[in-house]
Amino acid sequence: MTRVTRRYRFSASHRLHADQLSDEENRQVYGKCDNPYGHGHNYEIEVSARGPVDPRSGRVLDPRGLDRLVEEHVLRAFDLTYLNEQAAFRSLVPTTENLGNEIFHRLKTNWPSFFAGEWPRLDKVRVLETSRNMFEISETNGEV
Amino acid sequence: MLITKRVEFSASHACRNPLLSDRENQELFGAAANPSGHGHNYVIDVTLEGDPDPVTGMLLDLKQLKELVNREVVDLYDHRFLNREVPPFDRVVPTPENIAIDIWQRLQPHLTSDRSRLHAIRVYETADLFVDYFGETA
Repeated sequence: MTRVTRRYRFSASHRLHADQLSDEENRQVYGKCDNPYGHGHNYEIEVSARGPVDPRSGRVLDPRGLDRLVEEHVLRAFDLTYLNEQAAFRSLVPTTENLGNEIFHRLKTNWPSFFAGEWPRLDKVRVLETSRNMFEISETNGEV
Repeated sequence: MLITKRVEFSASHACRNPLLSDRENQELFGAAANPSGHGHNYVIDVTLEGDPDPVTGMLLDLKQLKELVNREVVDLYDHRFLNREVPPFDRVVPTPENIAIDIWQRLQPHLTSDRSRLHAIRVYETADLFVDYFGETA
């Protein structure tokens, strides 16, 4: 099995605040991440596909196709936005766990329009909120 | 347990299948098909799986692994035009996928012991594009 991974970047802000919790509980759970004005990150996402190497091209997939998929369905949606305003996060805290699941779901849903056939398949998505906080979602544990 | 040795080399390549026309290569690979080639600083992670020796505490001496990878891979690839100078890339397109497979095939026969085995080859073509190969059976 061969896995190909491409790395992308976007910048966005968020506020970690659960409506089900009181202000005091939110402060306890999220600390400074609950700042009502929000705060931002330079997110990095690693998108991995797996499959056999096509003997004609020597590739598992055309990275230009993956670039278009990620650009249209992830970067364009999230880059330079306040994540809490996104439809996906109206009633869901935009932690990077939830953001990673949302990104995986978007890529999984739109994958067949960009990659027809059995291979390549989406393997996993890894989101780096900062260079020290990383979140990984794959087929077996992604909420799809 | 997994242990990884990282090595680097710089090389040029052209993403071209010699069996295809110029136009077909252009469609398949875009600018990367330029026949004169272009270059990358490749980073290779060689990962072994196994258990440490109870006496030495080591799975494999990383110095030995470095010497092996330098001899079998880096010395052949570094500062070369892969398509012209490093077989099998006269016949096989030197994509990172095929580079990972070639490196696996060069190293794997030297890395069979009771204690450890080759687990993965990762090839970074750039910081933003990398490939993992786990062998034919994985």
